[in-house]
Amino acid sequence: MASFHSLYSQIQIHGPYDPGLPLKGHESPRLIKPVLNRWIGKIGDPQIGPTYLGFCGIASLICGFIAIEIIGLNFWASVDWNPVAFIEGIAWHRLDPPEAKWGFTPFVPLTEGGWWIWAGFFLTASILLWWCRMYLRAKALGMSTHVAWAFASAIFLYLSLGFIRPMLMGSWHEAPPFGIIPHLNWTASFSVLYGNFYYNPFHCFSIVFLYGSVLLFAMHGGTILAVSRFGGERETEEIVDRGTAAERGALFWRWTMGFNATFESVHRWAYWFAILTTFSGAIGILLTGTVVDNWYLWGVKWGLAPEYPATYPDMTLPPEIAEQVRAATGGTGASLDLSAPPAPAPSPEVSR
Amino acid sequence: MLSFERKYRVAGGTLVGGDLFDFWVGPFYVGFFGVTTAFFALLGTSLIVYGAAIGGTWNIWQIDIAPPAIEYGLGLAPLREGGLWQIITVCAIGAFVSWALRQVEISRKLGMGFHIPIAFSFAIFAYLSLEVFRPIMLGAWGHAFPYGIFSHLDWVSNVGYQGLHFHYNPAHMLAVTCFFGTTLMLAMHGGVILSAVNPPKGEEVKHGQHENQYFRDTIAYSIGPLGIHRLGWFAAINAGFWSAICILISGPFWVSGWPYFYDWYLQLPFWNDMGLGGLG
Repeated sequence: MASFHSLYSQIQIHGPYDPGLPLKGHESPRLIKPVLNRWIGKIGDPQIGPTYLGFCGIASLICGFIAIEIIGLNFWASVDWNPVAFIEGIAWHRLDPPEAKWGFTPFVPLTEGGWWIWAGFFLTASILLWWCRMYLRAKALGMSTHVAWAFASAIFLYLSLGFIRPMLMGSWHEAPPFGIIPHLNWTASFSVLYGNFYYNPFHCFSIVFLYGSVLLFAMHGGTILAVSRFGGERETEEIVDRGTAAERGALFWRWTMGFNATFESVHRWAYWFAILTTFSGAIGILLTGTVVDNWYLWGVKWGLAPEYPATYPDMTLPPEIAEQVRAATGGTGASLDLSAPPAPAPSPEVSR
Repeated sequence: MLSFERKYRVAGGTLVGGDLFDFWVGPFYVGFFGVTTAFFALLGTSLIVYGAAIGGTWNIWQIDIAPPAIEYGLGLAPLREGGLWQIITVCAIGAFVSWALRQVEISRKLGMGFHIPIAFSFAIFAYLSLEVFRPIMLGAWGHAFPYGIFSHLDWVSNVGYQGLHFHYNPAHMLAVTCFFGTTLMLAMHGGVILSAVNPPKGEEVKHGQHENQYFRDTIAYSIGPLGIHRLGWFAAINAGFWSAICILISGPFWVSGWPYFYDWYLQLPFWNDMGLGGLG
């Protein structure tokens, strides 16, 4: 059967566009009449569209639209509907989850975090519907569902941060806020609050896979570009019928580092490195505050970090912190004064 | 040797040394730069082991070989006070650059483009920025990071908080975006290739047309088999490049906290004169 192939040469060919593989009876028609763009064609395929929406796509876009509306209108409301202030602070505006006193109940007044729950609900619905679409389109085209499962790993991290961990901790307040700068602030204070995230071993794994993924794409992308003069970008053809491009690509790495992947196996390395980035990140999140309260002290306990001599030997620690230190140092308490602190002075009424 | 390897093992393509080192050892190509790589890597690794031996701990997580104290400025330090770190750094640079040049020689031998060593050179640039360029701009080797698993993480943490909050560093934002974006694209590319050549039972193996169709159907555009490698290579390089820039500007060019970097924006006369009351 004839099929469309990608052609690359010094001349950009603008012939008839690829109308798309035939649809089955129950599928909805594809949208967007394809256009060929000369500038995009200088980097990649010049054809944009057609695209498939179907039920999941439409439902996902609607839910995503509602989520963004909830977030955006809350941002705008936070500056008394002033349009200039809304635009000025677009990176700073925030939509916070409910305060700790609300626990994990789904019924929270809208202005006290309820909007955050609704935004999260619709955003999650949108993402899950998009996942269904990634799965169903692969099935419809007679392909396997690898992309959908990689996406599922990212969704697992997203859900761990915004839903599973708050559920385990019993409070929405543990979840990150919506907002550009606010979610960065949340990330930084989360690390500090739990004693330096760099000592969280699953954070270590996640970073290793993140940097490893980028390294792999630099190596793999570089290899394919370097053998594209031999047709190396036709990877699936080279996988089922090895040609000189695959042989040269393999030998480059064999001669460089004594080991090589194949045109197929390099994609398995790539796939798993990317998946494990978010998967191990999610594990690291789920353990924080539930199993481990302070990653630095955890590191001291397991020999990752040294026990430093007390800088302020006279300082008394709050009892719950002292308890953690005692547990981490195996009961010796090192050189810290672990006696109970003096009773706190009665706090004055704090007015908000 | 692989079944098809013999016909590719031809002489020539070297940059330095002519035929002298133009041979293989096991699967490895040697070449002049293979010799220099081995020299620098062995010497540097031995010095790290020596540094560990005189450093007081064999705990792999806590071994730490620190650069000289700030007081030494850009001068040489005694071995035990950072001199070891200085020699190790020279060895590392020698090994990295040799490795890149060896990749150039191997590329020439195989008639390939130089995309791999070009990409690697950006990683070397990031390393040099951290360990050489920024310390020189700040006037002391003591501003470089130490060699140790958790000690270098402590360094990242401490230098980050010296800028109060490093996430506000715009070049850091770009670098993180490139890191996450590259990993996302790697998952998509790896996934689609595996799903095309490992189809469900009873289905034929799929090729470019189906890969294109999958991404056109799901996200309206498929960049195509060559384009994805250009994009991934470019994004990966930029992750390294902006990482280098974000630390080079932090200290030498921007000395206050990174959150204050946006004051110029928040104080633009256009909205500053409106009396909006600032951001609450």
